[in-house]
Amino acid sequence: MVDVIVKGGFVFDPLNGVDGEKMDVFISGGKVVEDLNEREAKVVDATGMTVMPGGVDLHSHIAGSKINIGRLMRPEDHRKDVVPRTKVTRGGVGYSCPSTFVAGYRYAQMGYTTVMEAAMPPLGARHVHEELNDTPIFDKAAFTLFGNNHFTLKYVKEGDIDKLKAFIAWLLRATRGYAVKIVNPGGVENWKWGKNVGGLDDLVYNYEVSPRQIVTSLAKANEELGLPHTIHLHCNNLGVPGNYETTIETMDAVKDIRPKDGRRTTIHVVHVQFNALDGENWMNVRSGAHKIAKYVNANPHVTIDLGQAIFTDTTTMTGDGPWQFRLYNLTGNKWVNSDVEMEAGAGVVPYTFRKDNPANAIQWAIGLELALHVYDPWRVYMTTDHPNGGPFTFYPRVIAWLMSRKARTDTMLEVNKAVMKRTTLANVYREYSFGEIATVTRAATAKVLGLEKKGHLGPGADADVSVYNVDPTTWRPSMYRDIEKAFARAAYTIKGSEVVVKDGEVVAAPLGKTFWVDAKVPEEAEAELMKDLEAEFRDYYTVSLSNYPVQDAYLPVQQPMAVDGRRGW
Amino acid sequence: MMTVYTDVVCPFCGCLCDDLEVTVEDGEIAGVKNACAVSRSKFMNHGENRIETTTVDGKAVDYEEAVKAAAKILATARRPLVYGLSSTECVAIGKAVELAELVGGVVDNTSSVCHGPTILALQQVGESKTTLGEVKNRADLIVFWGSNPTEAHLRHIIRYSAMPKGMYTPEGRKSRYVVAVDVRETRMARVADEFLKVEPGKDFELLLVLRAAVRGAEVQADQVAGISKEQIKALAGRMKAAKMGIIFFGLGLTQSDGRHMNIDAAVGLVTELNHHTKFLLTPMRGHYNVAGANTVTTWQTGYPYAVDFARGYPRYNPGEYTSVDLLAKGEADAALIIASDPGATFPADAAKRLAKIPVVTLDQKVTPTTMLSKVVIPVATAGVEAEGTAYRMDGVPLRLKKVVEPHGGIRSDAEVLEMIIERVRALKEGS
Repeated sequence: MVDVIVKGGFVFDPLNGVDGEKMDVFISGGKVVEDLNEREAKVVDATGMTVMPGGVDLHSHIAGSKINIGRLMRPEDHRKDVVPRTKVTRGGVGYSCPSTFVAGYRYAQMGYTTVMEAAMPPLGARHVHEELNDTPIFDKAAFTLFGNNHFTLKYVKEGDIDKLKAFIAWLLRATRGYAVKIVNPGGVENWKWGKNVGGLDDLVYNYEVSPRQIVTSLAKANEELGLPHTIHLHCNNLGVPGNYETTIETMDAVKDIRPKDGRRTTIHVVHVQFNALDGENWMNVRSGAHKIAKYVNANPHVTIDLGQAIFTDTTTMTGDGPWQFRLYNLTGNKWVNSDVEMEAGAGVVPYTFRKDNPANAIQWAIGLELALHVYDPWRVYMTTDHPNGGPFTFYPRVIAWLMSRKARTDTMLEVNKAVMKRTTLANVYREYSFGEIATVTRAATAKVLGLEKKGHLGPGADADVSVYNVDPTTWRPSMYRDIEKAFARAAYTIKGSEVVVKDGEVVAAPLGKTFWVDAKVPEEAEAELMKDLEAEFRDYYTVSLSNYPVQDAYLPVQQPMAVDGRRGW
Repeated sequence: MMTVYTDVVCPFCGCLCDDLEVTVEDGEIAGVKNACAVSRSKFMNHGENRIETTTVDGKAVDYEEAVKAAAKILATARRPLVYGLSSTECVAIGKAVELAELVGGVVDNTSSVCHGPTILALQQVGESKTTLGEVKNRADLIVFWGSNPTEAHLRHIIRYSAMPKGMYTPEGRKSRYVVAVDVRETRMARVADEFLKVEPGKDFELLLVLRAAVRGAEVQADQVAGISKEQIKALAGRMKAAKMGIIFFGLGLTQSDGRHMNIDAAVGLVTELNHHTKFLLTPMRGHYNVAGANTVTTWQTGYPYAVDFARGYPRYNPGEYTSVDLLAKGEADAALIIASDPGATFPADAAKRLAKIPVVTLDQKVTPTTMLSKVVIPVATAGVEAEGTAYRMDGVPLRLKKVVEPHGGIRSDAEVLEMIIERVRALKEGS
């Protein structure tokens, strides 16, 4: 590997307190180093440009059965965005359900080098990893679904946190997963009888446990094990007007749980835009974003991401089967439901966010309100919940809205006037700085994920660097189209020493690595757990326990993260 | 020396039963337990009727020569077709797609002649489906429509659907009501609690009237598609009253009059039922990895089958880029066939064209297709002699095991395809 110097750029590295200083970044052996022999290094000229650590997306649907159902059911989506092969890249399709190769290229073109697949059904874990192996360039990991798993519900009902911890450790290893994902806790199990839960204290059929118990038990187990990331939660009542109350209640439910050492947070709440609705129905729906922001500002145990809505035709896909059925009934669009035995489910429905639709205009504003009303950029992250709020390729536009009030105003003038009366967006003057953008798109996401080598450019960090052709010293918010252009096509993306994108074009497409969490629990605890698994797999699953775990063949480039969960057992 | 492999995944039908026990003695399969008759036969006879050697124009050559010849055929063709894929593992499928892209050809799999219409319906209206364990654990009403698992998916009703005891179906078969809908009284019809003998080509009407009945509309005709008004009303009532119901449908629905419109109607019925209870449907996929062929092709290209790379990016048009059409119209001027026997199964016009153009075939056994091929490359049997992934009919991916060494030291589909890709790339860069 050739040494590289990224020379002369304005560097934004918030984790190391660097805010736009003109400095060089030295890269050797795939890592950032303090110094280099300049004569032997390849020079990447970043003069007058913005330099940041590679982007880290902590919530995106890019691999596995859900996105693949989206691809399968939407030939009309592909037709408008075709991607021919080149000498170094495969052909494919883009837009809301990009093919695997194209997803890898397009993230890299925007300077992203680490992406998290947000929902992996355990039984479909092999599928997720097979797709990730066909998704080039970025490093990745997948979050394993826990919130409606039979064993989770069983141990929550029994109040057996130790067994729950042993199960979490085992299932993360079995699925090569990275974090505890929870989707509509309890609701997806009830959906297997065609029902849902209506709030935190409803009960799950047959198990007689509540979403509150599921969330708090998993959060407690997560922190006691000391996993790198907190629980990653898609709340109950998604997409239901008035749901901001459920969202705040859920955040409050885990307030007293002690975070693992070295972390202050105990919960990450995802795509809050969909969970920040005030009002009683879709006719009088209004923004509840400022109320949620007020709670988040006052409570340091919470982090959130936006799930920003984009005015475009997209494809919604979640592990929340009952919500997708509801959305099908709202829209009449085609609907795929996909239940997974014993553990999870999913649904997919195409959806168009329209500028002239009052509810959609409000949803658009809610995402931005959340970003602008939450004062601490270390606890609010930019996502579109790709592709639910819109394709990830719209991130540069979101960046423009965050950095420029003029960009927001220009859009507000084009959309339904409900945005003026039923949201606070017009009254918000805050504009993100370059440093804040670097925080909400890489530094803070890497930090909350516990990826210590990502999201910064200090010595020892992975050499993932993005260079954007915009001069932060002369840029003004009125020039928001320039910023959108610059962030859409990185001047350079460097992935582990290798220049993978130059002038917005992919020039190399290596395969990134897959992170997963290997948590140790006491041997006796694991032995006890195995007794349950052996009996209940035989009785209730349709695959044998020995065929269930993901084999090493599916992880050609892997990086297990060891966690000692035995402390305090 | 004797080795016993447990929990072996069966590489025959879409059930992918994963509880087989295979005994290997001195490198030969000596016994198979838990398998159905077909599966047992596949394992026990995997060495029979094997292609003995790599051939070009019927003459024995080494691997290198055959790969060279194959690469030349594909690289110089104007409209090469890559077809088959449903009886091999997923890495090979991915390589086949890559090769089709590289040569600017068309890649298609056997779903274009089986469950293609199911996919067309899904693209039109969607689908409410599940993995099979949900059926085992919860379903108290099961409908087999135009499918006959007692003869095509031998262990389906035992392991997954009508018979097994599950979490909320403690009495197994007694916990469920089973309905068979078919044009003739199959063995499945005799196993079911109720048999509806639908008039041939009238499935669409029956599905629509059932949907209307579920909606509460009064059925006025005395009978529809040969089924009496009373029976229709009773079944609609039973469907609404089920705790969890499912329709398993087969080629009786996808390949009879109406084709994708039948599936469209079945999806509509199931969607309607979800306003009353939980209802699902799942296609009975035939080849053990046809679901995988769709899955891999979709994540690589966005489309499940009938994918054309002539313009350098994928395009999809069943009816135009589907193999039978491409051959029958005389468009395809070379073909690569992997793990399939279109020479025996395609309609006459398509098969005739196949006999005229240069064909490269990768297979284990001598078939009509290998007999008409210019280049024949014997390959290892996935799931017996090679590892890999297969997707069950419900989308569950499982790891196939290798229990014996490949017959005569031959290579896997994936390895041979990679060799061809490298050779084609060299040819293209050389020119």
